[in-house]
Amino acid sequence: MIELWNSLHPLVQAVIKGLAVIGVMFPFGGACSLVERKVSAWMQGRPGPNRAIPFWFAWVPVLGPFLQKLGVFHLMADGGKMFFKEDPVPGHVNKFYFYLAPVVGMIPAFTTLTVVPFGAYLDGAGKLVPLVLANLDVGILAVFAVSSLGVYSLILAGWASNSKYPFLGGIRASAQLISYELSMTLAVLPVFLVVNPPGGSGTLSLFQVVEFQSGTWQGFTFASLHGLWFGLTMPVAAVVFMVALFAETNRLPFDMAEGEADLVGGFHTEYGSMKWGLFFVAEYSNMLIGSGVFVLLFLGGWNPLPFLPLASVVGWLGSHLSPLFLHPIAMGLLSIGVFLGKALFLIFVFMWVRWTVPRFRYDQVMKLGWQKLLPLAIGNLILYAILIAIFQAKN
Amino acid sequence: MADTLFLILSVLTVATALLVVLNKNAVNAAMFLLLSLVGLAGLFVLLDAPLLAFVLILVYAGAVVALFLFIIMLLDTRPGSFPAFKPLTVTAALLGAALLSLGIWTLVHRAVLPLTPKSVPMPTMKHYAEMLFTTYLLPVQVVGFMLLIAMLGVIVLSKKYTETEDAK
Repeated sequence: MIELWNSLHPLVQAVIKGLAVIGVMFPFGGACSLVERKVSAWMQGRPGPNRAIPFWFAWVPVLGPFLQKLGVFHLMADGGKMFFKEDPVPGHVNKFYFYLAPVVGMIPAFTTLTVVPFGAYLDGAGKLVPLVLANLDVGILAVFAVSSLGVYSLILAGWASNSKYPFLGGIRASAQLISYELSMTLAVLPVFLVVNPPGGSGTLSLFQVVEFQSGTWQGFTFASLHGLWFGLTMPVAAVVFMVALFAETNRLPFDMAEGEADLVGGFHTEYGSMKWGLFFVAEYSNMLIGSGVFVLLFLGGWNPLPFLPLASVVGWLGSHLSPLFLHPIAMGLLSIGVFLGKALFLIFVFMWVRWTVPRFRYDQVMKLGWQKLLPLAIGNLILYAILIAIFQAKN
Repeated sequence: MADTLFLILSVLTVATALLVVLNKNAVNAAMFLLLSLVGLAGLFVLLDAPLLAFVLILVYAGAVVALFLFIIMLLDTRPGSFPAFKPLTVTAALLGAALLSLGIWTLVHRAVLPLTPKSVPMPTMKHYAEMLFTTYLLPVQVVGFMLLIAMLGVIVLSKKYTETEDAK
């Protein structure tokens, strides 16, 4: 098996790995829409989707009714409907850009996946190896750069639709996304100030950030701070990043581009069937990647708990339960599980906030971004720069 | 492999750059500028400068072209609503062409380029930072200051003071 894999051309290996990650991501994006409906139903005290089931599956005892209650088959019914229903294209649109916009939305969603590490394992030499398609030294910068291209999907959709509501949605989207990108980038800077001590070669790799957060408890010393996650040591940065993430992914309370209350549907008013569906898969994929980056930066990545890094957990399991846990594949699966668990919890937080907080007015969104978050992020950066200058030199 | 990629990326960059200028539709031109920038970023990656590539994408492709599109959409320029050549445009184009030719001429006749390309170590984040904060500190600060002045100038010029005083 391993020999066969190694005998393949590197390009073929890369294509297979990429397709595998996309193959996991795409259904996840779809499944999030089901989770959204179930969570909203739960928060509003109603059962939510619980009817659809293929007639032959209803005969399966226990499992059939259980999956029916869970609404799993609504997901398939939805997908099938979107693929097969009529795909109306209004006569007044710019056809080329109208078709291009949903596709452009998918590109950044899938491209950022290549640089986000989603797990790690110990190789034979006892060195931690990240599970990532491309372990770039400029990791976080690549995520920001590629995800900033996502705005074109909304602008083009709004412009190509050639009618008033989508146009307003597109304009709002471009202003909002550019405004919040600044606070987002400034919020992560303190993290990298801490990760890069003086004398190092300097890195922006997400894997290094997680490595930095996997320390153990060593008494009341500065070395113990390595065990704490950045979300605990720099809460302001984490909050600013989280709020900016909500704005960047167009989630309520920042859904200015969509705004069904005042813009009908915003940029996707004129879209139907699977083209509309693609916008949503892109939105959920962006949410998943955003949550993943947040987990890596502020919640310790694949380390189960503060002061409890993955390597020591696996070491304990291997010596007390079964040496099977020390196998690289078992460790990789465990790390992916921990990482995905945290990321999915953040997805739940996204939905939780959506159904709890009322949406902002457009001027409030702009005011919050430029007059509150941005000064907060800059102040936070300066504070940590001073703290590092005072403490890291003595350390 | 690298040669093929270089060929593809350079053709993409130059062809889309030409289309930016030759296209009559402003939105098409902006989209071609975007493609051109992506091609350029690819060339930077081939030159072992991934940091530069991603900064280019982040700043120019992610923000500047988005603002261009924003303005184009707000002004709602239809193709052909402006005459292609005005005396001022022709003068500016001729001046630009003359400057460019002069630059190329100087490069060909005066520049001393090493005959064999030397391989340099891949620049790390630290190299960029050291350069920016030591050797090139003054130019960076001056450029930043000029951009700030331009921004303030736009705010001053676009604000209508008389109307706001009337409103009071």
